[in-house]
Amino acid sequence: MLSRTADSLFWLGRYTERAGNVARGLTVAARMAGLTHRDEEWRSLLVATGADEGYFAKHDEATREAVLHHLILDPDNSSGLLPSIEAARRNARQVRAALTVDMWEAINDTWNEARRIAPDALTVDGLAPFLDWVKARSLLFYGAASDTMLRDEAWRFTHMGTMLERGDNTARLLDVRHTMLAKQPEAEGSAVDYMQWQAVLRSVSAQRAYQWLYHTRLQPNLVAELLILRPELPRSMIACYRRVDQTLDALANAAGGRRGECHRLAGELHAKLKFGRIETIMDGGLHEFLTECIDRNVALGECIASFYLTH
Amino acid sequence: MPMEPFALPKAFDEMHGKDGLRACFAGVARWLDGTGHEALGLKRREAELLFRRIGITFAVYGEGGDPERLIPFDLIPRILGQGEWQRLARGLEQRVRALNLFLKDVYGKRDIIRAGKIPVSLILGNATYRPIMEGFTPPRGVYTHIAGIDVVRTAPDEFFVLEDNCRTPSGVSYMLENREAMMRLFPELFAMHRVAPVGHYPEELLETLKSVAPERCQGTPRVVLLTPGAYNSAYYEHCFLADEMGVEAVEGADLFVRDDIVYMRTTNGPQRVDVIYRRIDDEYLDPEAFLPDSMLGVAGLMRAYRAGNVALANAPGAGIADDKAIYPYVPDMVRFYLSEEPLLANVPTYLCERDADRAYVLEHMHELVVKLTHGSGGYGMLVGPHSTRQEREDFAARIRAKPSEYIAQPTLALSTVPTLVEAGIAPRHVDLRPFVLTGKEVRIVPGGLTRVALRDGSLVVNSSQGGGTKDTWVLEDDGPTGTGQPQSPSQSQSQSSGFQSQSQSQRQGS
Repeated sequence: MLSRTADSLFWLGRYTERAGNVARGLTVAARMAGLTHRDEEWRSLLVATGADEGYFAKHDEATREAVLHHLILDPDNSSGLLPSIEAARRNARQVRAALTVDMWEAINDTWNEARRIAPDALTVDGLAPFLDWVKARSLLFYGAASDTMLRDEAWRFTHMGTMLERGDNTARLLDVRHTMLAKQPEAEGSAVDYMQWQAVLRSVSAQRAYQWLYHTRLQPNLVAELLILRPELPRSMIACYRRVDQTLDALANAAGGRRGECHRLAGELHAKLKFGRIETIMDGGLHEFLTECIDRNVALGECIASFYLTH
Repeated sequence: MPMEPFALPKAFDEMHGKDGLRACFAGVARWLDGTGHEALGLKRREAELLFRRIGITFAVYGEGGDPERLIPFDLIPRILGQGEWQRLARGLEQRVRALNLFLKDVYGKRDIIRAGKIPVSLILGNATYRPIMEGFTPPRGVYTHIAGIDVVRTAPDEFFVLEDNCRTPSGVSYMLENREAMMRLFPELFAMHRVAPVGHYPEELLETLKSVAPERCQGTPRVVLLTPGAYNSAYYEHCFLADEMGVEAVEGADLFVRDDIVYMRTTNGPQRVDVIYRRIDDEYLDPEAFLPDSMLGVAGLMRAYRAGNVALANAPGAGIADDKAIYPYVPDMVRFYLSEEPLLANVPTYLCERDADRAYVLEHMHELVVKLTHGSGGYGMLVGPHSTRQEREDFAARIRAKPSEYIAQPTLALSTVPTLVEAGIAPRHVDLRPFVLTGKEVRIVPGGLTRVALRDGSLVVNSSQGGGTKDTWVLEDDGPTGTGQPQSPSQSQSQSSGFQSQSQSQRQGS
């Protein structure tokens, strides 16, 4: 496959996932801000989506209106919701022949509709329906890809992009709330803490999953364990990096065993999560652990690019 | 259905002929008689939907409006009998052989110049002449691997070559898609006729390209199609042909040259490329050799080419053979290189830079077509009989100012084929672009692209000027089977199954 084609598929996967993740983050932040009446929620979301630097270059304070505008509409924020959808569609158009009709329609319709309705998201009543819609569209795209694509190279690059983006997102979501999660398990959390833990779960659609697995009230170390180490949860870091590792392996095997630094890095990151224990991670510092994972994710993305996409 | 009175009684109509219905059109005439205007209208809308969904569009820039337009497709096929096609095909093959020998000669020994057949100034002073091609012969001595020869007709046995296209002729995807559409819309017509298939064109093209791989290429040559990208007007065709051939459609940035070898950047690392079917103009191919600021090409490509490490189809510099100033000399080329009489005639052409020709042209502008010597696409031309006095005066002034930029030809009474129009069915002028492939041997898929001037009386068929297309049928015999009677079941069954397998094999490549 042409590197240019693989590159477009990889970023198509990343940007569609990113749009969905921004919508998830915004949903939770809006809910939390409503419950706690703290603008701190908006600041946290800016940090989680890596948009804080760009935002504070333009604004002094993190207010609802300005943050919503920045994360949804602002064309200068390349990680924003609408710019992500636009970038996904641009990449899809480059490789239309490599996509299935269902995938193309999912992304093309999303793009057409999003441009039309995104401004409504800034109204009080418009935000929640818009974010639900974006989340549904990103699930639709993912479903179209996994239900209709041949399991060949094109699928692997799209899927790898999705998984790398998703794993990174989960790590960042946890990291912005790491102080609330670093409390002792036996300590009773305040009402605000409790809501924070709930918010983390909610943002990866895992409230029910927590109850099914642990059958107990929310405890910060268990929330962290679920999102970092439990392979049963599809949006946990281990689940995502396992898929990245497996997908890179499949790519290498299909190419006569050709491997590079990206394969080693992915294996290492996967192993770190596979053999990790939550107590050890908490003792060593959750923030330090997550920061390291986020840095490694960046390095992994760069190595995949130089090995497969932009050599 | 009502027929409009023929607008140009002089023109030869390919269905009705001079002495009544011609045999090859008998089946279609019966079908039209039995089909109402409404039914045809429905089919026309169905065809349009089909084309929109597949996304066969042609980009027209600089006129405002939707830049991605459908080329109007006419439902009534243009039909050639086997005998007349054979005569035409022999003429095409002869002409393209001569054009290739001419190219080899002008970039090599220049016998034809020394023999005094063509003035040296016409060649060396020509903007399409590429000195970089001197002293180097591409594999098998082929320069124009894919040639589109535009042919017009004035009588049952009178075909003229209007122009040769030796660089990067386009339109073949319409030939293929028109046939696909017709087979879906009118299976009963195909059951009634033995139509020579065209669906194997991509295979023939791939074989042709593989056969001109550099001699030192080991194993199966890797072929790619080089496109300028999504903003090119023929991008759809580039992707379509690459898909059908099962090769990559690459852009300049996907290729690089190292040690005079061309590689393609893939997820498996650099892969060597042996043959490039390029749909980029000469000037943009290689910034080292041609326009230095070209973003579309590949730096070092010409070095790799001259080192014999990659083949380019068509060869750079092939444009010297289809230049309108060279065109009048093609019949002489046939005589000079092949020692044969040309089977296909040229349209008489006046070169305005010759004093006698210019004087004639200025006297007779009202009956001539005046064209730019280096123009294409039907832009910047004057159709004398349809022009106003003011337009003729403007052109006369331009010819006097820059005579070498203009040629003129008599307006031919181009043949017509019945065409679906608002009011019913009416004759419209057509031309034909058959595609001639040259590699180890010459291959011509029967037929070509028929373009039709949809406006009443118009002689301009270019898609950029409101022309449409028709499916072109070459019959395996000289007329349809059956004589108006219902066919015996066994006969129609065996024929329709034949077409089924044909359409299946066409889809295999996609």
